Amino acid sequence: MSNRIEFTRSPFIKNALKSRYPQLAVFIVMLIGYIFAILAGLIGTPVGSRNFSIVFVWIAWWAILILVAVPFFGRGWCAVCPIPLPGEWLQRGAILRPERSGAKSKGRGLNLRWPKSLRNIWMQNISFLLLALFSSVLLTTPNITSIVLAAMLFAAIGLSMVFERRAFCRYLCPVGGFIGLYSQTAPIELRIKNKQVCVTCEGKPCYNGASTLGFPLRGLRDTPPFGKRGLLDSPLPRRTLGLRSANSGYGCPWDVFPGGLTKNTYCGLCMECIRTCPHDNIAINLRPFSADLAKPSTRIDEAFKAFIMLGSAMIYAGVLLGPWGALKDAAYNVGTSAWFTYAVVFLAIIFVILPGFFTLGILKTKSVLSLKQRFASLATALIPLGLMFWVAFSLSFVLTNATYIFASLSDPLGLGWNLFGTANAAWQPMLISVLAPAQTLALVGGLIWSARTAQKAASEIKTSSIPVIIFCFAATLVMLWLLL
Amino acid sequence: MNSRFFLLLLAAAGLVVAFAPFPVQSIAPQERTFRIEARQFAYSPSEFKVNPGDTVTIQLVSADVVHGLYVDGYNISVEADPGQTASLTFIADKPGSFRFRCNVTCGAMHPFMIGRLTVGTNSWLFRSIGLAVLGLIGFFPFSFHKERMLVEKR
Repeated sequence: MSNRIEFTRSPFIKNALKSRYPQLAVFIVMLIGYIFAILAGLIGTPVGSRNFSIVFVWIAWWAILILVAVPFFGRGWCAVCPIPLPGEWLQRGAILRPERSGAKSKGRGLNLRWPKSLRNIWMQNISFLLLALFSSVLLTTPNITSIVLAAMLFAAIGLSMVFERRAFCRYLCPVGGFIGLYSQTAPIELRIKNKQVCVTCEGKPCYNGASTLGFPLRGLRDTPPFGKRGLLDSPLPRRTLGLRSANSGYGCPWDVFPGGLTKNTYCGLCMECIRTCPHDNIAINLRPFSADLAKPSTRIDEAFKAFIMLGSAMIYAGVLLGPWGALKDAAYNVGTSAWFTYAVVFLAIIFVILPGFFTLGILKTKSVLSLKQRFASLATALIPLGLMFWVAFSLSFVLTNATYIFASLSDPLGLGWNLFGTANAAWQPMLISVLAPAQTLALVGGLIWSARTAQKAASEIKTSSIPVIIFCFAATLVMLWLLL
Repeated sequence: MNSRFFLLLLAAAGLVVAFAPFPVQSIAPQERTFRIEARQFAYSPSEFKVNPGDTVTIQLVSADVVHGLYVDGYNISVEADPGQTASLTFIADKPGSFRFRCNVTCGAMHPFMIGRLTVGTNSWLFRSIGLAVLGLIGFFPFSFHKERMLVEKR
């Protein structure tokens, strides 16, 4: 992999990632901020633009997430997200280290496997759409934002008590779904250094976990070939048996075997495998943008995720940033007939109109693959386009509302405080003169990026990329019209 | 064709599309007055168009709570109390499309209470479409050239 630069070669970075303390420090700050956002929404002012929960979640966090974290660090947000923490701590029965002496885990919970039929991202697609349909209320009403934040926290705790690992993050989180999709474009990856090392590694501690004595964790310790008269019960020294002393660590919380990682989608960058791997075989690499997209996806749930995100960005640009008051009314007045019409049109655009035009385009292309397989593979091209649509949309939304952050810092609950002297900072759009050129750059850049991705995907499955490029061009024209 | 030369040519064409003067039809400036009604969370009319150089007067009438009207790009604003009319006059000397938005917190959807003012032609939209077309025109020969180079390398 000559076009990779391994960050973890630097002892400073490697030690910082291996140690649990820096990440724990960030986690604690994030968790405090998260809980404060919940409380602020419940007890603070109902005026969204003056409430910490709205301003910090939907302006500050969203800006960092979509403009910086996802494009440059992929699942970097998941690495510090506080939502799974309380559940994970309860599940493990520990905050920092796994048990040291190979003793039984003190963690609680049933530790069931996630049902096989749900091992896909359809649940994440549905949870995102549920939030998207109520987004006008969610984005503007502090107590609704609080309820959703609290519900995500409790859902993560509940699932951790029933299922093993981070079931919420992997299968249900509405944010994690699209971060995973777009993380494929990021120039950061976690990968193994040498496949052969993983093939011969005993116990696969990166997946199963390991105590400081080199024992695989949980059930594996008690079953052959490790326990119950297996290797661990042998009187011979462990080194003689080929059991190298592993670092203490948990098995992958994301239910991923790092040795099989070929794309970023399902790796949460939690760094657990870096701590656990006894062979120092895990690396964090800097790589070219969208390296994962060279091999197109074959999964229909991921293909629809691309359509959901692309369509949502276009709908939001029209509804939230457009001049059409009737659309805003329909989106905001949940439960009315106008809202039901809006919801039907929203879902129709995402599940019928966009995929319909896309399918019509690729219908007549020659390929040995079925239409469904072509659809799934060629939809990979929509990933960079969708990301750039979100960047262009968010630029407009964030730059015009960023000054609320200063006021909210001084008066987070809207109760008349002035902690830093900025409570009365006047609202003023920022960088308006560069907004349109920046949006054009994002959208045109996204189009060319998608065209290149379409060409690679089409060449992999030996078909034409032209219909997909035309589709991307048409979608870009609509987005340009909506935003400029 | 040398790929560097091609890229240079493409960049030059991009600069022309982005910055070359846009043909403008010369129309004598007029005085234009628009009565805009503001209510949670929309303006009516929400879109209006003037010619460059026009003297524009906006009469903002609020139908429910206090609303404002701030014009992006012009950095000017006006506020109207419920049932009152407030006026704002300016010369539309910057061509293009500009959002105008409420600048007085007026309720939940306040950040999205938006309208659109177009002065002359929305030239940036056409320039952006031109850049998108140019990008694709440039993409095909360049990417095929790259593919060919890769095949030759193999």
